[in-house]
Amino acid sequence: MSGNELQHEVEQFLYRQADLLDSKKWQEYIDLFDEAGVYWVPADPAHTTWEGMPAIFAEDRNLMTVRMKRVLHPDAWSQRPSWGTNHVVSNVVLQKQAPNGDVEVRSRFHMMELRRDDVRHFAGVYTHHLKKANNAYRIQLQRVDMTNAQAAYDYVLQVWV
Amino acid sequence: MLQERIADLSKFVEPDRVRREVYVDPAIFEIEMQRIHERYWIYCGHESQVPKPGDYYAVQIGRQPMLMVRGNDRQVHVLYNRCPHRGNLMCGDRHGNAGDFFRCSYHAWTFHHDGRLRTIPMMESGYAGTRFGPDNPDCSMKQAARVESYRGFVFASLAAEGPGLAEFLGESRVAFDDMCDRAPEGEVEIVPNCFRVIQRSNWKIFLENQLDALHPSVTHQSTGRAAREVEQMIEKNTGQAPLSYHMLSAFATVTIDKWDGFQTLNYPYGHCILTGYMGLRPKDPDTLAYEAVMQKAYGRKRMEEILGVNLHHVLIYPGLSVQSPLQQLRAVRPLGVDRTLTEIWHFRLKGAPEPIYRRSLAYYNLVNSPATLVNADDLENFWKCHQGLSSQAGDWVSFGRHFGRDLEKPGVTETAPNMGTSEAPMRNQMKAWAQFMRNGQ
Repeated sequence: MSGNELQHEVEQFLYRQADLLDSKKWQEYIDLFDEAGVYWVPADPAHTTWEGMPAIFAEDRNLMTVRMKRVLHPDAWSQRPSWGTNHVVSNVVLQKQAPNGDVEVRSRFHMMELRRDDVRHFAGVYTHHLKKANNAYRIQLQRVDMTNAQAAYDYVLQVWV
Repeated sequence: MLQERIADLSKFVEPDRVRREVYVDPAIFEIEMQRIHERYWIYCGHESQVPKPGDYYAVQIGRQPMLMVRGNDRQVHVLYNRCPHRGNLMCGDRHGNAGDFFRCSYHAWTFHHDGRLRTIPMMESGYAGTRFGPDNPDCSMKQAARVESYRGFVFASLAAEGPGLAEFLGESRVAFDDMCDRAPEGEVEIVPNCFRVIQRSNWKIFLENQLDALHPSVTHQSTGRAAREVEQMIEKNTGQAPLSYHMLSAFATVTIDKWDGFQTLNYPYGHCILTGYMGLRPKDPDTLAYEAVMQKAYGRKRMEEILGVNLHHVLIYPGLSVQSPLQQLRAVRPLGVDRTLTEIWHFRLKGAPEPIYRRSLAYYNLVNSPATLVNADDLENFWKCHQGLSSQAGDWVSFGRHFGRDLEKPGVTETAPNMGTSEAPMRNQMKAWAQFMRNGQ
């Protein structure tokens, strides 16, 4: 595969992932993760591991499933007000490529959220460790370094950024 | 006009109900900041947040920007974050190290860590013969009127008069005793991370929710059920789910009728305790290894006493909610009548094995992080509560559940057996609120 093709393939993966979040296809989003995959938003960009550290999110597929089932439950009161997000992903840079096809890729994102009449913005860096299997990528690790990770949160985050 | 309207604020509080203005009137908010938060003991932070001389943390007490700082003398001081020259904030960051002394970024006045004036540029040429200089206390950074700590937890009071910290805390001291005693070394240290979450509601709504034993199975049913389903799936696949799932699924498995089986204890100054329900003393290898360390440190009898303490929440009025068995706390910083900042901290038990830290960390991350699986529904309710209280459809907020049935004992109001969902904690908090407001007149 040429460099251009690889770049295109990885970008398409990231765009699709963002689209699954914005269209609230939670199970399909979780299914992008490898069986041992982890979604991690460090409390502090200086953190180098999610284990044993305070984290905004540090979720394996099981915990992601709890989160999904919660927001889909009819009595999740905080889900009643209409809300939506819009992710833009850009600045996609391949960091590493292994002979077996696994890649490490860094990108920038900007997410705008509307809940009731309130707009919030979250932005930062995605670092994806992607495993190539059966001609498709699965996420081993998605690290999300939010520029506003340390800022006070006006309300909370209910689903993945 | 305002003074007339609020001439007797205690009329706003009856034993079983409270007027809605107490939550939504900005004028009442200003008065309660003066008479409550800027007079009584407010939690500033833990001594381990500022280990080195010059280390400081900014902290808001009522409407006052303050600094908690470790001095060269090793003492922890609490100062107004203000240069006495032109009123600049001395420190613009939330935390950091001031170096050997504070230095104002505007005109370079410098101050010792206890706030005393150190130098003024051009002191001789500029200030000779004026009233300004080291002999004038108005030229030093102002200190909090009183600073005391209990087992490493630092409190300040901005009023010179009033009960001392030990008297004020009274039985609610158990929050810190329980937390520290669970450490084999008898001390905790801060995990250096503060989650900060803003609630769009009055500060009292949060405090009243903390010991509301009826709300969890209503508010948190979605989380409880979701966690229970995944917990059962994990148990089916591997036999044992991590304890963190139990912490969440308890919201569903402890059904609404069972909550009356717990108890709240309500003390002077508005402090309250909700007894435990999560059963956090399992028999897994991690717990047994921890118990072995504890037994070595304390002996079997004392260890059993320590681990037998059964608390869920301790509320230290007017601004601190402590979950001692999980080593975390939430400090409440009112930002305005309808905005409240919570600062959420986790502590490590000194000398305890790593898995015990990881266990309470899981709760900190899952329940108390800004991506909480639990509090999103609380905050939604708080916002709705605050919005609804702005309505003129009714003047009163009711705290009538099990009213008249609580057991009044010397120094404590206990909920009666099988009446754990009594709104006694709310009544107790509002009783203290009315006393504080009256005392401050």
